Amino acid sequence: MDPKLRRTSESAAKSCAQMMGDRSRNFNLGQPFIQCNPTNLCYGGKHEQTFPEFPSALDTETQSLYQPEHEVKSINQFKPSPNVNNAILDWDPRLVLSNLSFLEQKIHQVQDIVRSIINQEGQFSNRANEMVAQRQLVTADLTSIIIQLISTAGSLLPSMKNTLVSTNPSVGQVGSIVGARTSFGINGSQQQNEVIHMEVPKASAYDDLIEGFNNRGNEGSELIKGLNAQGNEGDELMKCLKSCEGEGTESIPVEDHEVKDCDDGADGENLPPGSYEVLQLEKEEILAPHTHFCTICGKGFKRDANLRMHMRGHGDEYKTAAALAKPHKESTSEPALIKRYSCPFVGCKRNKEHKKFQPLKTILCVKNHYKRSHCDKSFTCSRCNTKKFSVIADLKTHEKHCGRDKWLCSCGTTFSRKDKLFGHVALFQGHTPVLAVDEANVSGISDQVQGNEVINGMVGSMDYNFASSTLDDVQILNIKGVDDGRGCFSPMNFDACNFGGLDEFPRPAFEVSESSFSFLCSGSSNFIQRSGDN
Amino acid sequence: MEAIGRSSWSPGALPTLTFDLVSKNSNPYNRLNPRPIKKMRGEAEQQRNPFDSLTEEILFLILDRLGSNPVDKKSFSLVCKSFYAAESRHRRTLAPLRSDLLRRILARYPSIARLDFTLCPRVTDGALAAAADALRSSLRSVDLSRSKAFSSVGLEKLAVNCTSLVEIDLSYSFYLNDGAAAAIGRARNLERLWLAKCRRITDIGIARIALGCPKLRLLCLNECIKLTDLGIELVASKCKMLQSLDLSYLAITEKCLPAILQLPYLEDLSLPECVGVDALSQGCTSLEVLDMSIRQQVFDIATCQHAKCAGLSSITNRSLGLRQMGLTYYIPVTCFLQKLPRLQSIKLSDCEITSTELKAIGTSCLSLKELSFSKCSGITDEDLSFIVSKHRDLLKLDITCCSEITDVSLANITSSCTSLTSLRMESCNLVSKEGFRLIGQRCHLLEELDLTDTDLDNEGLKAVSGCFKLSSLKIGLCMNINDEGLVHVGKCCPKLQVLDLYRCTGITDMGISAIGLGCPVLRMINLAYCSDITDDSLRSLSKCLNLDTLEIRGCPQVSSVGISAIAVGCRQLTKLDVKKCYDINDDGMLSLGRFSQNLRQINLSYCSVTDRGLLALASISCLQNMTILHLKGLTPNGLKNVLWACNGLRKMKLHSSLKSLIPQHILEYTQARGCMFQWSNKPYQAELVPNEIWKQQSRGMPV
Repeated sequence: MDPKLRRTSESAAKSCAQMMGDRSRNFNLGQPFIQCNPTNLCYGGKHEQTFPEFPSALDTETQSLYQPEHEVKSINQFKPSPNVNNAILDWDPRLVLSNLSFLEQKIHQVQDIVRSIINQEGQFSNRANEMVAQRQLVTADLTSIIIQLISTAGSLLPSMKNTLVSTNPSVGQVGSIVGARTSFGINGSQQQNEVIHMEVPKASAYDDLIEGFNNRGNEGSELIKGLNAQGNEGDELMKCLKSCEGEGTESIPVEDHEVKDCDDGADGENLPPGSYEVLQLEKEEILAPHTHFCTICGKGFKRDANLRMHMRGHGDEYKTAAALAKPHKESTSEPALIKRYSCPFVGCKRNKEHKKFQPLKTILCVKNHYKRSHCDKSFTCSRCNTKKFSVIADLKTHEKHCGRDKWLCSCGTTFSRKDKLFGHVALFQGHTPVLAVDEANVSGISDQVQGNEVINGMVGSMDYNFASSTLDDVQILNIKGVDDGRGCFSPMNFDACNFGGLDEFPRPAFEVSESSFSFLCSGSSNFIQRSGDN
Repeated sequence: MEAIGRSSWSPGALPTLTFDLVSKNSNPYNRLNPRPIKKMRGEAEQQRNPFDSLTEEILFLILDRLGSNPVDKKSFSLVCKSFYAAESRHRRTLAPLRSDLLRRILARYPSIARLDFTLCPRVTDGALAAAADALRSSLRSVDLSRSKAFSSVGLEKLAVNCTSLVEIDLSYSFYLNDGAAAAIGRARNLERLWLAKCRRITDIGIARIALGCPKLRLLCLNECIKLTDLGIELVASKCKMLQSLDLSYLAITEKCLPAILQLPYLEDLSLPECVGVDALSQGCTSLEVLDMSIRQQVFDIATCQHAKCAGLSSITNRSLGLRQMGLTYYIPVTCFLQKLPRLQSIKLSDCEITSTELKAIGTSCLSLKELSFSKCSGITDEDLSFIVSKHRDLLKLDITCCSEITDVSLANITSSCTSLTSLRMESCNLVSKEGFRLIGQRCHLLEELDLTDTDLDNEGLKAVSGCFKLSSLKIGLCMNINDEGLVHVGKCCPKLQVLDLYRCTGITDMGISAIGLGCPVLRMINLAYCSDITDDSLRSLSKCLNLDTLEIRGCPQVSSVGISAIAVGCRQLTKLDVKKCYDINDDGMLSLGRFSQNLRQINLSYCSVTDRGLLALASISCLQNMTILHLKGLTPNGLKNVLWACNGLRKMKLHSSLKSLIPQHILEYTQARGCMFQWSNKPYQAELVPNEIWKQQSRGMPV
C-alpha cells in the first residue's frame, strides 16, 4: 500500500475519531446530536479492522494496481462531470461485476479523502461560491456511487457487507455534516478539490493499470461468484443499507411518542456508578429544533426519514428504494458500554456533578428533562389560558383533557374524576358539587363527555397507529408528505393538525345528537316508570 | 262536662259525645249540616253560646283524645264556631286528597306540622309552594312518597321556607333527579329522609344532601341504584348523627363500610341484597383495625349471600349492643353469636340450619326476645325444644313452614315461654289438637296467632280462644273448623281486630254473627271463598264500627242488601273486595257511594254492577283504587264517564279489551290527573274453584 495514502487514511480515521470525541464533548454547536451516538464511536475501530482485510483478499498484484485505480476513478468522476448523471452513465453495466471490488475500495478512498479534508479543515477559506457548487457535485457523486454500488451489487459479496457498513455511514455522515455547517462544508469541499487537483497528474499514469485490471477482471468475477454462492440474501443487504443510511433510527419511535415517559429515565435501575458511560450534551444541542440536515440545501429536519424524503427533491438518485430505505442500526457483536446521559445544568440532580446523580436513560429523556426543568414554559393551553408547558407533548396531553372536567365544585374548581371531586368536597367546608345547569341534560352531558372520551380514545389510537405507521412504512407516508408539503412534512405536525380537526369539529354534532338522545331516553324512562308502577 | 271527661274516647264514641252535649244544652245544631249554624247565628249570639264557656285548653284536650278517624274531627269542628276554630288551631296533621285546594285548606289550618300527600294523585309544585308559604316554620314533616308531578322547584321552596323541616319522605319518586336532591340539600335541619327507589339520584345528588343536611339521623337509600361507594362514603363522613342507614340493593362494596362503621351513633344498618358487600369477609381485616364504638342495634344483612362468617363476626365483635339481627338466606351463625350477649332478635328466613347452630343460638344469646325461623329447613322438635327451654322470656316466635314441628315442640314452647305474645306457625301440619289445646291453656298473653293451613279443628279453636288477649287470629285454610268453633272465638276474644277465615268453607252466618256481636273492635275480616256466607253475616258485621277492610271475594250469596248494611254501618270502610259476588248490583254501589265516604279501594270484578253503579261510586272522593274486570254491565261510554267523574283515582285495573274502546284523550287526561292504568287480559272464569281442587292446584305449584 502506498504509504502516503495509508498515512492519509489513518490520519483520516484518527481525525474522524477525534472529531467524534470532540462532538461528544459538545464542540460543535447545532450539531446533529443523534448522529453523535455510539455507532459513530464504534466506527473508528470498525474501519481499522476492515481496511487491512482487503489486501489479503486480493493478491499483491491486484493490490498494487488497485490503489492507483481508485485515484483514477475518483478523478474520472469528479473532473469532467458537472452533471450528476454522468457519473452513472460512466458506469458500464458489463463492468459492474468486475469492478465491484474496485467500487468498494473507491468508496473507501473517497471516504478517506473526505476525512482528510475534514482533518485539514480551516486551512482553506476562499472562493466560496465555486466551492459550494463543487461540494454539491462531490456529494452527489459520492451518494450516487453508493447507490450504484448498492443497487448493482444486489446480493453480492458477503464480505462487502462489512465494508459497506463501515464506509457508508461515514460518507452519509460527512455529507450531512457538510450540509449542516455551511462554512465547514465549504472548507471541506475546498479541501476536497485541492486533493483532487493534487492527484490529477497521476491520472494518466494509472490509465494503463486500469486496463490491466480490467483484463484481470475474471479473477475478480470468479471471486465474486464464489462469494455469491454462499448465499448472501438480499434482505440482509437491505439491512446493511438501512444501517448505513443513518443512525438514530432507534431513537425515532421514542421521539414520536415524545411523551413524558423517560424523564425519570434511570430511576428504577441501580447501575453502579462506573458501569456506564456518561454523556453530556450542551444546552444548545438539547434545544436544537432540528437534528438532521440536508447536505445540499441545509434545511433541518427532526427525523432522518423526513430528511430522506426531502432529499428526493434533489434528484432522481435519491428516489431509489435503497436511498429511501430506512437505515438499520448495525448489530454489533461487541458488548456495547451502557450509555447514560447527564443534564448540563449544574446543580441539577441529573447533572453528573451532583452528589446523588441520577443519570437519564436516553437523549429524549435529556431533552424532556431539560425543557421541563430548566426552561421557560412557553406553551400555553389555548383553551384554559392558564396551564403552561415547556414540552409540547405535555401541552397536547393536557389539551386532550382540558375543558372536559365534568366534575365541578361550587368553588369553581373542576375535576376530571368524580372521586377527586368528592375528596375535595369532603375536605373543604362549604364546598358542594355542582349539578349541571339543566338537570335534564345531566345524563346527556355525561354521555356526551363519555362520547368525547371515546372519540378522544379513537383519536389517540389513531394518532398512535398513525405515528407508528410513519415509522414502519416510512416510504409510503413520507413520499406523500414530500409530494404535498415540499419537505415541511413531519408526522408530529400532521398528528397535531389531525388531532385538532377531530377534536374541534365533531363536538357540536355530538352535543346535538346526545341531547336528542337524552330527551328520548327520559321519555322512555317515564314510560317505564309508569308501566313499572302497576 | 263530666260526661266528656268520663267518656271512653274510642273513635266510635264520638256520636255519643255529641248527643250528650246537645241534650245537655238543648242545642239544635245539626252536626252533619253546617247550614243551620248560619241561620242560627243571630240567635246564638243573643243567647250566649254554652260551648263558648269551654276554654281552648279543654277543647284541645278533647281533640287530643279523638282518634285518628278524620270523620270525628270533622264532626267536632261542625259543632260551633269555637269548636271549629279550636280544631283548626289544634290540627297538626293533614292528609289532603288532592293538592289543588291546598292553599285554601292551609288558610284554615295554620299550625300543620305534618303534611301527608300520599293520598294525592298528583302534587304540583304550586301546592308545595303554597304549603311552604302558608306554613313556614311550623311544618316539620312532609310525606311525598308515591306522589307525582312535583319537581325540584317545589321541593326547594319547601326546603328554603320551612326552616324546621325535619322529615321528608320521597320514596317511590322514581323520576326525582339530582336537582331534587340538591333542593333537599337546602333543608339544613333535616333529620329523617327516605329516598327509597329514587333511582335517578346519583352520587352528586346524595353529596348535596350529605353536605347540606348535617343533622340527618335516618337515611333510607333503598334501591337508589345509581349511588356508589363515593356517595355513601361522603354521607358517612358528613352526617355523623346518622342512627339509621338503609342501603338495600345498592351497588356498593366494602370500600364504604369502614366509613359507615365509624358513625358514632349508628344503630340500624340495613344491607340486604348488597351484592358488593360480600366484601364483609374481605373487609374484616381492615375492620379489625378500626376502633369502633358502634352501638348497632339493628343489623340487617338479609340475603348477603356471600357474607362470610369471618366478616360478620368482625363487625359484630365491636357491636356489643347489637339487638336485632336479620339474616335471610344465611349461613353459619355459630361463630359470632357468643359475642353478642345483648342480642334480642334473630330472624333467620329461608335458611338451612343445622342443629349445632340452633344449639349455639340456644346457649349464647340469653336475652333473646324475638326468634324467627320462617321457612327455615332442618328445624326439628329437639332443637326447638332446646332453644325455647333456654329462652324463657321469648315474646315472639315464628316457625312458619317448619314442617317437622310436632306437638312435642309445642308442649315445650308453651311450657317454657308462657309470656309469648306472638306465635306464627303457618303450615305446621303435624301439630294436632293436643298442641292447640296447650296453646290455649298456657299462653294467655298471646295477641297474635297464625294457624293458617294447619289441622286446626273446632276443639282446637275452642282451646285457642282461651287466649283472651288475641287481637289477630289467622285461621285461613283450616278446613276442619265451622261455626261451632268460631262461636267460641266470638265469645272469648273481645279484643280481636284481625280475623282471617280465608277458605274456611264450614263457616256460615251463625259463626259470623257471633263475631259481629263479640268482637266490636274488629278492623279487618277476610271471608274470601266462605261460600255459605249471606247478607245476614254482613248485617252482623255492620255492627263492627271500626271495620275498615272487608274481603268477601267469592261469596255468591251476598247481595246488595248486605253491602248496603255494611256501607251504612261501617263508615270506616276503606278496602272492599267483592269480586265474584255475582248478586251485588248498582243498589249496593249507590249505598256505598252515599255512606262509605272513606272507601279507598274496591274490587268489583264479576259483579252485576253497571255504569250507573260505578258513577255512584264516583261521589266517593277518597276512592283511589278500582279493579273492574269482567263487569257485564259496563259500557265504554259508562267507563268514560266514570273516568271523568272519579278525579281522585290513582290506579285502575281494567280488562285490556276495553283499552281500544275508550278514547285515547280520555285515557291521557286521566293519566295526567295521576291515575295509572293496569290492563289485564285474564280470561273470564265465572265459576268458583272448589276448595279441594284449589288446594291441590296451589300445592302443585312451585312456591
